[in-house]
Amino acid sequence: MSKAPLAARRRGLWRDLRHLLAYAVKRLLALLLTVLVGVYLTILIANMGGQVDELRLVQIRSQAAEAVRADPALQDMPPEERNALIERRVSLEVERLRLDQPFVVRSVDYLQRAMRLDLGRAEQMHSDLGSRAVYDIIVERLPATLLLFGSANLLVFFTSVFIALSLSRRYGSALDRSVIALAPTSAAPGWFYGIFLILVFAFLVPLLPAGGMVTAPPPESPWAYAASLVRHMLLPLTAMFLSSIFVSIYSWRTFFLIHSSEDYVEMARAKGLPSHLIERRYILRPTLSPIITSFLLMLIGLWSGAIILEQVFNWPGLGSLLFQAIGHRDTPVIIGAVVIFAYLLAVTVFLLDILYALLDPRVRLVGERR
Amino acid sequence: MTGGRWRDGWGELRRYPSALVGMAIIAMLVGLSLYTVIAIPYSEALDKWRGGEPWRLHPVNAGPVWVDRLTGGHQPRTLIVASDAAEIETAPFEGGRRLRIPLAFDYDYAGFPSEINLFLRAEGHAQRPFARLLWQTPDGRELSLGGHRIGREDRVSISQDRALERRLGGRVPHIGLLAAPDGEAVPRVQPGRYRLLLDAVVFDDEAGIDAELVLYGRVHGIAGTDHQRRDLSLALLWGTPVALAFGLLAAVGTTLITLVIAAVGVWYRGWVDATIQRLTEVNMILPLLPILVMVGTLYSTSIWLMLGVVVLLGIFSAGIKMYRAMLLPIREAPYIEAAQAYGAGNLRIVMRYMIPRILPVLIPTFVTLIPTFVFLEASLAVLGLGDPVLPTWGKVLNDAQSRSALYNGYYYWVVAPAVLLMLTGLGFAMLGFALDRVFNPRLRSL
Repeated sequence: MSKAPLAARRRGLWRDLRHLLAYAVKRLLALLLTVLVGVYLTILIANMGGQVDELRLVQIRSQAAEAVRADPALQDMPPEERNALIERRVSLEVERLRLDQPFVVRSVDYLQRAMRLDLGRAEQMHSDLGSRAVYDIIVERLPATLLLFGSANLLVFFTSVFIALSLSRRYGSALDRSVIALAPTSAAPGWFYGIFLILVFAFLVPLLPAGGMVTAPPPESPWAYAASLVRHMLLPLTAMFLSSIFVSIYSWRTFFLIHSSEDYVEMARAKGLPSHLIERRYILRPTLSPIITSFLLMLIGLWSGAIILEQVFNWPGLGSLLFQAIGHRDTPVIIGAVVIFAYLLAVTVFLLDILYALLDPRVRLVGERR
Repeated sequence: MTGGRWRDGWGELRRYPSALVGMAIIAMLVGLSLYTVIAIPYSEALDKWRGGEPWRLHPVNAGPVWVDRLTGGHQPRTLIVASDAAEIETAPFEGGRRLRIPLAFDYDYAGFPSEINLFLRAEGHAQRPFARLLWQTPDGRELSLGGHRIGREDRVSISQDRALERRLGGRVPHIGLLAAPDGEAVPRVQPGRYRLLLDAVVFDDEAGIDAELVLYGRVHGIAGTDHQRRDLSLALLWGTPVALAFGLLAAVGTTLITLVIAAVGVWYRGWVDATIQRLTEVNMILPLLPILVMVGTLYSTSIWLMLGVVVLLGIFSAGIKMYRAMLLPIREAPYIEAAQAYGAGNLRIVMRYMIPRILPVLIPTFVTLIPTFVFLEASLAVLGLGDPVLPTWGKVLNDAQSRSALYNGYYYWVVAPAVLLMLTGLGFAMLGFALDRVFNPRLRSL
């Protein structure tokens, strides 16, 4: 007797999965196309429509001239012969870098290399392991960024949602009003609070390190390493927390207030259901997809907001890498970082789409209508 | 129709104290900007901020005076003793004159000066005059500071005189010259009247010598000075109009253009709408700050270029999706149909019928956006991509950061621009949040 509904449910599951897969593939293709356009735009901006090549040509020429002049073996060469040698070396280098081809051709080449994450070699910088490949340099810095910003985001997100839920219940209380009053403090970014935190907790009251990720030299035992890491993370984490917690609570509180005045919630209240049940089933469940959306959107916003905070706290992540790259005028690293950021954002958007599809029952309805 | 709505909004807004505080802060900032722009012309500000000559009489890294006085300190201000006020004794001799120029000053500060320089000027001399310097302390000691042949413009860096430092027992001259001779390890200021006697020989009957003895203080003005002797109050003052202009222009530019584009997309539908949507999606994966960094590194860090890029990247932002959702129901509203029926053109419908309808909802967003852009400018400057010539708050912060101001204890250098930034942010944010509650219909019932 229960066999038929079970089979129906399984069939329903299969159908959902199929729809989801089709949807995912469609979104993935669309996003790939978007990344393609985005990366191409980046390359265009970065190359100033080909002008970077002129600069590089000048650089190659001066380097070749320098090398020939500095070589003691070529000291006695007559000037015409030496000039010819310089020209030959320049043309070899130009050919090697394919600078003789038109920019449009090369830009397509750059594009397909960037899409394969073959980001080329840095001009001056190298990774801690000594690699000159931009990809290695960037990937080496990713975990530090992920650790700091992942934990900060999770902390802010969960704290604010839970505090907002309880505040929406105690709407108009002193606590509620003080949170609203504090919300404008979020106008300042995290690095801004970071400066003050460093001032207070690292210089006026020297409790915590002013920057860095671990003590130097790094502790041997993993526990000591973790403890040192936590000590170093405390200040940047607090800075980010301070800069976004109040506005986050404020917007969630408003969101929950709007939703808790819906008719079906009033109905549940009238039935006399306990408040935690109302919260979980009648407020949280229907609002889950917007909550997830905003979580991922927050991730998007914080990916790039991290640069200066890392710099202020000397955190060895992507942000300080970008900062160093600016200092060295190391164009391949800067472009590589933009490409990686674009990819990360695209992945975030993709996850958002899929989660949305999973949580939103209307995706299944679309299937039935067909 | 709209006039009443605005008036109601204003009446309601007045009930929020945070809105009033915000408006007061904004009014103050606007007043400050107007004063700055009128009192210190743009070109003069740029000229001065470039550093160098205008600041030669300012101390390096001096704190604000009021902070020192409030904390009960009595650190020295900069003392300038000029020869114009001094009584010059002249004794002529065959082929020239002998001048005795006493540069006297009373010193009763608690701390030592941060540096001592003597500026000498001798113009119109056929042969360079010669001067011998004698330092006289209140207790009657005399110290020779050596002799100098004076050029047209000369600067005698007394603080840099290594030989003098050795003679003073290893104390740098600006401490040793003013310390009491009690042999203590920690030098103490000997208060009283000091004199620097310039004993000069000039080989000309007319031309004289101008001398300026500068004892650089440890405190200066209301904002202090930076490592290039520049008065920080100039940058703090000029930072205000720059920050406001940048924030306002960026916010107006992005919101209005975004709104117009969203409205055009909604009205024309079809491929126009589709193109706008796709562009928005491309733009969403372009990270704003890294792109700005890239543009700043490769092109120029001019604040106006940055503004342009910010607006350009801000146009096709997530905001378009939001406005689109708001505009879609308006498109089908009967009054639009009526407008079409009497023959209104496409442009007229978009600009006069659709956009004004959601403008009030936009105002809070717009006001809360301003501080974001103000901080964005500061962020870029902190990254070292500030405008090359304009003095801004962010550039002051960047200088302070690169000179490790916090580590060296120059707290004022970081705190002053930071407080101004925060004030701007708070002012607009407070007003914006209050506006949100007034104009946002969803929140009004709460």
